[in-house]
Amino acid sequence: MNDAAQTVPVVAPTAAPAAPRKLVIRILRYNPQDPASAPHLQAYEIEEADGMTLFIALNEIREKQDASLQFDFVCRAGICGSCAMIINGRPGLACRTLTKNLGVHITLAPLPVFELIADLSVNTGKWMREMSERLETWVHMKQAEVDLTKLEERMDPDLALAIYELDRCIECGCCVAGCGTVRMRPGFVGAVGLNKIARFRLDPRDVRTDDDYYDLVGNDDGVFGCMSLLGCHDVCPKKLPLATQIAFVRRKMAALGWKG
Amino acid sequence: MNIVYTDVLVVGGGLAGLRVGIGVRRRGHDVVILSLVPLKRSHSAAAQGGMQASLGNVAKGAGDNEDVHFEDTVRGSDWGADQQVVRMFVDTAPKAVRELAAWGVPWSRVRKGDREVIINGQKVTITERDEAHGLVAQRDFGGTKKWRTCYVSDGTGHAMLFAMSDQAIAHSIPVHERTEALALIHDGGRCYGAIVRDLVTGVLIAYVAKATVIASGGAGRLYRVTTNAVICEGIGAAIALETGVAALGNMEAVQFHPTAIFPAGILVTEGCRGDGGLLLDVDGHRFMPDYEPEKKELASRDVVARRMEQHIHSGKGVQSRFGQHLWLDITLLGAAHVNTNLREVKEICQYFLGIDPVRDRIPVRPAQHYTMGGVRTDHTGQSRTLEGLFAAGEASCWDMHGFNRLGGNSVAETVVAGMIVGEFVADYCDGVEGHVGISTGMIHDFLSREQARLDAFFTGKGTEDAVALRVRMQEIMTAKVGIFRAGDDLASAVAELQELLARSRNIGLRYRARGANPELVAAYRVQKMLKVALCVAYGALTRTESRGAHFRHDFPQRNDAQWLKRTLAVWKHESDTLPTLTWEPLDVMKMELPPGWRGYGAKDYVDHPDTAMRAAEVAACRASLAGFDRRTVQQALMPYAHLLPARFQGLNERIDERLAQPAVVTA
Repeated sequence: MNDAAQTVPVVAPTAAPAAPRKLVIRILRYNPQDPASAPHLQAYEIEEADGMTLFIALNEIREKQDASLQFDFVCRAGICGSCAMIINGRPGLACRTLTKNLGVHITLAPLPVFELIADLSVNTGKWMREMSERLETWVHMKQAEVDLTKLEERMDPDLALAIYELDRCIECGCCVAGCGTVRMRPGFVGAVGLNKIARFRLDPRDVRTDDDYYDLVGNDDGVFGCMSLLGCHDVCPKKLPLATQIAFVRRKMAALGWKG
Repeated sequence: MNIVYTDVLVVGGGLAGLRVGIGVRRRGHDVVILSLVPLKRSHSAAAQGGMQASLGNVAKGAGDNEDVHFEDTVRGSDWGADQQVVRMFVDTAPKAVRELAAWGVPWSRVRKGDREVIINGQKVTITERDEAHGLVAQRDFGGTKKWRTCYVSDGTGHAMLFAMSDQAIAHSIPVHERTEALALIHDGGRCYGAIVRDLVTGVLIAYVAKATVIASGGAGRLYRVTTNAVICEGIGAAIALETGVAALGNMEAVQFHPTAIFPAGILVTEGCRGDGGLLLDVDGHRFMPDYEPEKKELASRDVVARRMEQHIHSGKGVQSRFGQHLWLDITLLGAAHVNTNLREVKEICQYFLGIDPVRDRIPVRPAQHYTMGGVRTDHTGQSRTLEGLFAAGEASCWDMHGFNRLGGNSVAETVVAGMIVGEFVADYCDGVEGHVGISTGMIHDFLSREQARLDAFFTGKGTEDAVALRVRMQEIMTAKVGIFRAGDDLASAVAELQELLARSRNIGLRYRARGANPELVAAYRVQKMLKVALCVAYGALTRTESRGAHFRHDFPQRNDAQWLKRTLAVWKHESDTLPTLTWEPLDVMKMELPPGWRGYGAKDYVDHPDTAMRAAEVAACRASLAGFDRRTVQQALMPYAHLLPARFQGLNERIDERLAQPAVVTA
């Protein structure tokens, strides 16, 4: 299930230097803002450097060859989820993809599903905010205000770890890009959304019940829409347990639907 | 004209900006948050190891309280901090952790009973108390007397940012993503909002607001080697500076983090050392105890970073084809610990270095990490010279970090400052001073001026390359305004930065699209960044002493007699090539903790003439109040509680300090 493009052979940074490769990076270019622009693949040739990531390669192309090229990076450390794109046909985080793990021919395209801003830049922010508003992805507290001077409410240490496991989602959009269902159902909440439901369901600080969650995802745009192709699970850069979480939420929601 | 009206305009969508937004929204004010990037992608997410708050839940944190946190922070700052602001901060930090706990942050929790930990390279068994079970846990960090750093594995910033962002969504706060503030609208005395560029369409929009809050983070990208995200270019500080009225404080105070992976510069958390990791040299020798017998790897960051560079200069660095580095060894912590509490570190090592830190040592070398300086404000977060302009978080200098920030105090500051400044911003908007009387003519003038500046890039005959100028600036800053500084290097850095600034007024573009245009963005940003870089370099050149992270080979002593003061930088005229510097003295006679030795690092310093007198006063006060509780003593030495917003007053409960009466509900 591991993403081959992201599995890194163990090579210490002090390994002997090799002759640099010439990489040919083909990028799907299109700027909807520009009436003259039409979608096309554009090839750039660059010399590979030690430790080169796609972050380094794309910036070098933009600084030395083509100032118009658009892409998104923020943390460049695999933490913020800004730089998801299709790397040789597979969604992944560009910043932490080392070129040495790819062939000399590399093809990059923007994530599908999301609104295209230009070239490799897509509007994941808008999609994620809509999803968050729809699924109300925040803790629904028992009372609006807590007394901040008092000891915090206790939580079992293992439960805190279990919640964090699901809380590690960085909303990069890879799961949505790798989803078969969302191509047929544009309103589908995706694994990112279903994982959030699993996360808040687990959290005792959230007062919502399964009835409430059923109202949010007990339909074909929610957990019953998932066709279990599980592309999401295969491409998740954080290796979240999406397959089991979706199955679990579906079982809980199905049991409820049956009763109701 | 494109004009958006709101009560509060927040520039920056990280933890500080979001918490300000939530605070003012709850007080009934409209707010718009501007962000360069989508919600949840800000650099706050990169905070790994945790957030300091004196909860004192774990056994090694027992006895911790605001007093201990206060002293650690002031010592860490090398007495550069505003001690009243530090008091406000340490008092509010536990409340911030508890608020975030209620909002869903999955803080790691205390598990009662025995557990094995590594301390000073040795396995030690710690017994956690039954009564602490299930409360928020703390780990050890540098420069602290107690284990105080609350954490979520090593994804603390991520978990905090997501909980905070989700609260912002719950409060229906609009975040205008992919927008950039280019200039503040002001009349020389009052700020009215900002001229903002839509980064997708290129359209300029005027945002008019009662209060404007800069919460845009640090300026790490002034340097070539930095742990900071690519968006941390100091533009928020720059637009404040460009008003010619607002001041930047202590910009020469720049922190270098000891453990950035080499050569990529990506951070691995101080939690690695806090949890027992060691620094080793080319011989596998643990060298930090040789230099710092008291705190070893866990001295403050400025000290550890300097000792590492010193050790490399002494010939003990590890050679690699990229240059020299040292080793961070966390193999002794064991697989279970690394896989649970240091998993981001493990991922970073796997993806960027191709190593497994459970088995392999991590190549590290210090890199720029934090901007202690920022927009100078009072304790409410408001500029002292430009009314209606506020700042919070790393972009500000209110000033709780002085010349060196402790690990875990920055992500704590973001939220605490957001809480406190948010209340003061709401007060400001409620009062008569919050009323906005601005003519559309003035808005028009600012819009036209910014449009003309952008147009000049397209229509001008400039020949300079924006990216080349930026790269050269970053090289100068890393080479000459880094960990070790000296007068001749700094003077040449200032001279060359001035020359780069002049050249930046003659930039030409290869790509002339008026909409989304990365080259245009690089062009207008480098003009602003160079001004901020000059504040850093010129401030460093002028400050002829060593304090905290600012170290001068030619003036290696801390000199309280001459330099116990804050540097203020103002950019008076657009045509200037240097900031105008003034200095704001710190009043020793008002300090709760008079200057002394930090407990680590250099022991020789020049005393301020008032230090002995104030130390005697403090000692006499403590003696006369012997037997009174710690809060009474503190209140007598340096009152601060009246400075806090009413909402955040109130004693913090701990398992060792239960509140006698039901706590006052501050709702």
